[in-house]
Amino acid sequence: MYTFRHGVHPDEKKELAKDKPIKVVKAGKTLVYPLQQHIGAKAKPVVKVGDQVLVGQIIGEADGMISANVLSSVSGRVTAIEERLVVGGQKVESIIVENDEKYDAIEGFGVERELNDMSKDDIIKAVKDAGIVGLGGASFPTHVKLTPKDPEKIDYVLVNGAECEPYLTSDYRLMLEETEMLIKGLRAILKVFPNAKGIICVEDNKKDAYDKITNSCVGIDNVTTALMKTKYPQGGERQLIYAVTGRKINVSKLPADAGVVVDNVDTVVSVGYAVCKSIPLLRRIMTLSGDAYNETANLNVRFGISYKEVIEAAGGFKADPEKMISGGPMMGLPVFSLDMPVSRNSSALLAFAKDPLSNMKETNCINCGRCVKACPINLVPTMMYKAAKSGDFEKYIKLNGPECITCGSCSYVCPAKKPLTPYFSYMKFAVRGYLNSKKEKEAKK
Amino acid sequence: MDMKLNVQSSPHVRDSISTRLIMLDVIIAMVPAYVWGVLKFGVHAAIVVIVAIIAAILSETLYNMVMRRPNTVDDLSCVVTGMILGLNMPPEVPLFVPIVGSVFAIIIVKMIFGGLGQNFMNPALAGRCFCLISFAGFMNNFTSTLSVDVYSSATPLMLLKSGVEFNVLDTIFGNTPGTIGEISGVCLLIGALYLAVKKVIDLRIPLLYIATFAICIAILSGRATDVNFIVAHIFSGGLIFGAFFMATDYATSPITPFGKVIYGVLLGVLTSIFRLYGKSGESVSYMILMGNLLVPLIESITMPVAFGKEGK
Repeated sequence: MYTFRHGVHPDEKKELAKDKPIKVVKAGKTLVYPLQQHIGAKAKPVVKVGDQVLVGQIIGEADGMISANVLSSVSGRVTAIEERLVVGGQKVESIIVENDEKYDAIEGFGVERELNDMSKDDIIKAVKDAGIVGLGGASFPTHVKLTPKDPEKIDYVLVNGAECEPYLTSDYRLMLEETEMLIKGLRAILKVFPNAKGIICVEDNKKDAYDKITNSCVGIDNVTTALMKTKYPQGGERQLIYAVTGRKINVSKLPADAGVVVDNVDTVVSVGYAVCKSIPLLRRIMTLSGDAYNETANLNVRFGISYKEVIEAAGGFKADPEKMISGGPMMGLPVFSLDMPVSRNSSALLAFAKDPLSNMKETNCINCGRCVKACPINLVPTMMYKAAKSGDFEKYIKLNGPECITCGSCSYVCPAKKPLTPYFSYMKFAVRGYLNSKKEKEAKK
Repeated sequence: MDMKLNVQSSPHVRDSISTRLIMLDVIIAMVPAYVWGVLKFGVHAAIVVIVAIIAAILSETLYNMVMRRPNTVDDLSCVVTGMILGLNMPPEVPLFVPIVGSVFAIIIVKMIFGGLGQNFMNPALAGRCFCLISFAGFMNNFTSTLSVDVYSSATPLMLLKSGVEFNVLDTIFGNTPGTIGEISGVCLLIGALYLAVKKVIDLRIPLLYIATFAICIAILSGRATDVNFIVAHIFSGGLIFGAFFMATDYATSPITPFGKVIYGVLLGVLTSIFRLYGKSGESVSYMILMGNLLVPLIESITMPVAFGKEGK
């Protein structure tokens, strides 16, 4: 079985939602599409207030090398283009569409296409037009991943089905319910990389999904599966690549530098739909879990629907939540308002009646070394923390702090309950600023 | 919507482990040795340990009060310090000795340097060595008026040094004179096993310490084939106690994985040399303290290589 060194084993809690089949959520009256739902440049609005839009119509166009299209997931009228709050807490320019509930789609929507008839460029264009970005959480535009410098050199396409975050079950449900489309999507990506082998990587706590995919892969010679040990952060890009291929990359390298392309399950399924069925990325699969809900669920949600509507559709709260998280509990963002749209990085919406961290007491670091044993990057988090806290950038860089993937494993195991990961997330930006100003100073000399 | 939601940075879940639980585990692990010591040496031994613990708790409370800091005794680390110190006292020691030891350990070695985790020496050990130097007479008097089956007032270590033959099994099970907690290897190993199973201690340091010590003793003494002699050395002079309960102290041992290896081996070598050629028998305590001082150096040369940065 494939795995990596170190890591942690948080309570999985997947049993709460793993047996709930994916249900479609009906869109409400108003939909909000932030123009920045991806890593890279913000998309440029290509509609005006008052315009009629159709399902699948591009309303924000990719702007620059690394950017992605934003599409309307309903038909209706553009009522406003204004700044709206998104989960991260920023205000982002958004297109607001009033749903006419007719769901008229653009021309060619849903037309079946034969993979064999499509060229490499057709596939990349289909992916780009469909606005597909990585749905695992980082939202990196997928068409950029499909166009590395040297496609010939890619010899592995890994489908990330680790879903190592606790509570999350959306990828698991997709692997069970959309097995065929998953394999189709992977084959479409493999057409772009002639020398690559596709491997669908699943953690062993989802053995039934693994078995189903393995059986469906029989007879397809360039697609196989890999069973990985259940451990957090097995789904981290570097950990996944190392576990399955034995190759190691660091912060200064892209997976493509190691000859690998990694895509999340939902991303690959979306590629399958975009390429084989001409259905662009209009929805994502979300897990609603946690003890504050009446009913946990796995939902198929159109982008633009507000969190509030999603929760109502799922059956609402049984208790007022004290803590809500967008994404998984290890790396997700805290939710402070439900008046936000579902966007491409909304992999889950967790709600807890009691915040598990509310009575946490911070004590002195006792140098126990649990963080060292947990760190998948082989760092010494407690020393990084002390350097970060005292603003010693040189020391932080010397300790390889910039290699940190902010997976949260060190904070998770810390008996002194030190805020390690928050400091490292902050340092990710602070170090960049420090290096820039250092460079400027040197240039002046 | 008028819901109030807590907002923190990720991760949003934490392991249930806490400093307090770790300290509690260490206390539990020392209970077998304590119980054995009390059974062997009687009520005064029981009181010595309790007095050491109370003195440690009061010193920390008082220090925090004077310095106007929140009290930190609820993390139980001062209880651990007091307990280790008490268990390292001879059973008939006058009660003022553990009190002085605890006050020194907590105030001078631990709190002045910033409290828990900030000390560069193991407080209990430093306290013990302070007492050894200051009250050599009391600290080296192992005559027990209460115990019936102890056949002499000389500890196994003293016997080893003077070359007298004695029963090795007695040293392993603890039918010998000695400090309250160190005598029974079996009880200490039960505690160590508990700590290892609960993943409180990393076995690299103690196992390498004892293994290196045994090998060095075998080579240096020229009695490599004398198993009794080597086993007697391992189970005397507080080596088991020191290896599992003091050398593994988080704050004063290296945090880096390879550093732990170096530290264990280094302690083994130093202790064996001191044990064989030193005048005092106290090789374990002094050598662990010496090792403590080398920790920053060991850490700085054993920093792990970051993932994906190998060969650069």
